[in-house]
Amino acid sequence: MKHTISLLVENEYGMLTRVAGLFSARGYQIDTLNVAPTLEEGVSRMTITTHGNDHVIEQIIQQSRKLVRIIEVTDMTVAPHVEREMVMLTVSARPGEQRQEVLSLVEIFRAKVVDVSNDSFILEMTGNAEKVGAFIELLKPLGIHDIVRTGPVAMTRVAHIKAQKLKDDDEEFSELTLNEKV
Amino acid sequence: MKMRGARILLESLRCEGVKHIFGYPGGAVLHIYDELVKHAENLGITHYLVRHEQAALFGAAGYSQATGQTGVALVTSGPGGTNAVTGIANAFMDSLPLVVFTGQVPTHLIGNDAFQEADLTGITRSCTKHNYLVKHVEDLAPTIKEAFYVASHGRPGPVLVDLPKDMTAQEIEFSYPETIEVRSYKPQIYGEHKAVKKAVKAMLTAERPVLYIGGGALAAGAFDEVRELAEKLNLPTTCTLMGLGGFPASHPLSLGMLGMHGGYWTNMAVNNCDLLISIGARFDDRVTGKLSEFAKGAKFIHVDIDPSCISKNVPCDYPVVGDAKIVLQQMLKEIEEQVNDGHQISTHSAWHEQIAEWRRQHPFWWKEEGDVIKPQYVIHELHRITKGQAVVSADVGQHQMWTAQLYGFDTPRNWLNSGGLGAMGYGFPAAVGAAVARPNELVVSVVGDGGFQMVLNELATIKQYNIPVKILLINNGFLGMVRQWQEQFYEHRYSHSNIEVQPDFVRLAEAYGIPALRATKMNEVTHTLEKGLNTPGPVLIEMKVAREENVFPIVPAGAALKDMILA
Ligand SMILES: Cc1ncc(C[n+]2csc(CCOP(=O)(O)OP(=O)(O)O)c2C)c(N)n1
Repeated sequence: MKHTISLLVENEYGMLTRVAGLFSARGYQIDTLNVAPTLEEGVSRMTITTHGNDHVIEQIIQQSRKLVRIIEVTDMTVAPHVEREMVMLTVSARPGEQRQEVLSLVEIFRAKVVDVSNDSFILEMTGNAEKVGAFIELLKPLGIHDIVRTGPVAMTRVAHIKAQKLKDDDEEFSELTLNEKV
Repeated sequence: MKMRGARILLESLRCEGVKHIFGYPGGAVLHIYDELVKHAENLGITHYLVRHEQAALFGAAGYSQATGQTGVALVTSGPGGTNAVTGIANAFMDSLPLVVFTGQVPTHLIGNDAFQEADLTGITRSCTKHNYLVKHVEDLAPTIKEAFYVASHGRPGPVLVDLPKDMTAQEIEFSYPETIEVRSYKPQIYGEHKAVKKAVKAMLTAERPVLYIGGGALAAGAFDEVRELAEKLNLPTTCTLMGLGGFPASHPLSLGMLGMHGGYWTNMAVNNCDLLISIGARFDDRVTGKLSEFAKGAKFIHVDIDPSCISKNVPCDYPVVGDAKIVLQQMLKEIEEQVNDGHQISTHSAWHEQIAEWRRQHPFWWKEEGDVIKPQYVIHELHRITKGQAVVSADVGQHQMWTAQLYGFDTPRNWLNSGGLGAMGYGFPAAVGAAVARPNELVVSVVGDGGFQMVLNELATIKQYNIPVKILLINNGFLGMVRQWQEQFYEHRYSHSNIEVQPDFVRLAEAYGIPALRATKMNEVTHTLEKGLNTPGPVLIEMKVAREENVFPIVPAGAALKDMILA
């Protein structure tokens, strides 16, 4: 099963190789990996998606916790959480029908056009894995020239802000319940 | 006072209470060696010059195994560091606290393929508990402080500190941090109360329990607590290869070693128990044999400071994360309470009788055959003559297993060997480390002719410092353990395991200025051993033993414990 593991790490020399090395030495898979700073100086958040049975996931968590510079390891998948990834695509958008079709998909998926040329767009879109997947599938027949994805990042839901969120955002609602079922 | 980095290193070692270091000089560590010759004596630090960096690491590891203290090694950059890697990996597998200082090219040359440059933090990342590259001289003392903390706290392990040459040259005010706080490293010491309670309840209701002691119990210094628990609950108690000495071998509750070369009765007890109580052991494949058959009807209690060890190989029913000594104390208290609440303690007499019966059926044995020396007899005599009180450091191979089987260890830290990595060449240099640490005790290094030839250069070290290691060479002219597998599992095809072309070991030792003796017949064994062990200073005792003796019982690789081969 797919798991999203969130690691809070001291951001220092060699940290990424320590984590990546642990995964390769013990034969675990990294499907996606994302690293970026947090509010606290010197502390980074790594988000790794991986897969394996319960035993493998438990070992990944425990072995990662042992790394001396890892502050916290959370398996995001076991608790309600929100997951997002960003994708950027260069797609064909010749003036006329094709361009209209792309723009309507942009509208439906709440994506953005961030760069325009004569016959192509660069699009930016965020969403959970399913939404990103669906967006890509629909754009494929129109012609995708290039694609970059960040891999997911995830955040645990805090129970008391849940109700608020549900009211605020219908889309959010469907996704949250979706994640909860996982 | 302002000092250069090299001096700061030595002052820091003094602050850590380091008395002995094992090392080998080279360009990148010359500043450190220069400070050593000037200040080591004042600082109460003795440096031992080995003859190969691997021996510095094994020496530091033996020092640590024999004392529980952190061992320290110092080697140069590039080849010095790479030569040390096997020793680092060994300490990692056997959870030995070491701090290893390696030289590195000056910071401005790092990454330039400079002379004797190797990416030592990169190379050792997967075989150290943690490692550091010091890039600013003001980080030096705090890094050393943290290195010693990390090496010895929680599950111990080797830590490497890579020192670019300019870091040992630059000057700075020295002050050593008094305390250390590593927010990302806080091992859990106390067992969770609920977990302890549940585990104890399982202990009190078990009908056929076995207590299973690993190296972690020794690391935690839990000898007294283990014994108290065993005695209180009448628990048959077995030790792993790394746990030997964690429970007295001569104790009536002792089952000796389990696993691939464990006793028949021991493995049968484990195979048939209904509760296996593991203290600081890790269910290694050499212990469990075929996992799906291992103690099939049993529930498992697993006490370990490293949560990743729990349920790694065998699903655990009662996990308790914490320091073995502390958790055992908690358990003993909890037992009191549950007994006060009316729980009975069973004598388990039928279970003990069953195990005794297994032991009567198939005890350890060997066959005497005329004059030829049986290696098992040598170990048996070694035990008798030394009254089981010697510090014994084995290498890797058949002689290691016979020593583990037959030299009953009654106290912790008298048994040294390379268990996890199984690194040939460990036994002799590790004995050097032990003899340095415990100068007034008898230290015997039991080695095979194969492993000894990997490190016999260290004869010069024990000669130079007059280190009184007694080398007991069990010479069968074979890579014995390999030959045994080839005999048993490859239809006698002895592929590249015959090493009968070898030096005259007695004359070799004498060439180093070390007295040496040899026995070639059974009736010479006792006398030769006695004479050798009573010779002051270093000595080599060679036993020319039966060439094709096998270690029994043996659980074939991947087979279930109960399918061990007895003869
Ligand atoms: C460095 C290393 N290389 C190879 C091995 C594989 N190995 C295990 S036991 C053994 C034979 C050891 O022979 P010897 O030292 O003569 O001891 P004996 O088994 O004869 O007692 C070998 C080659 C090892 N454990 N370590």
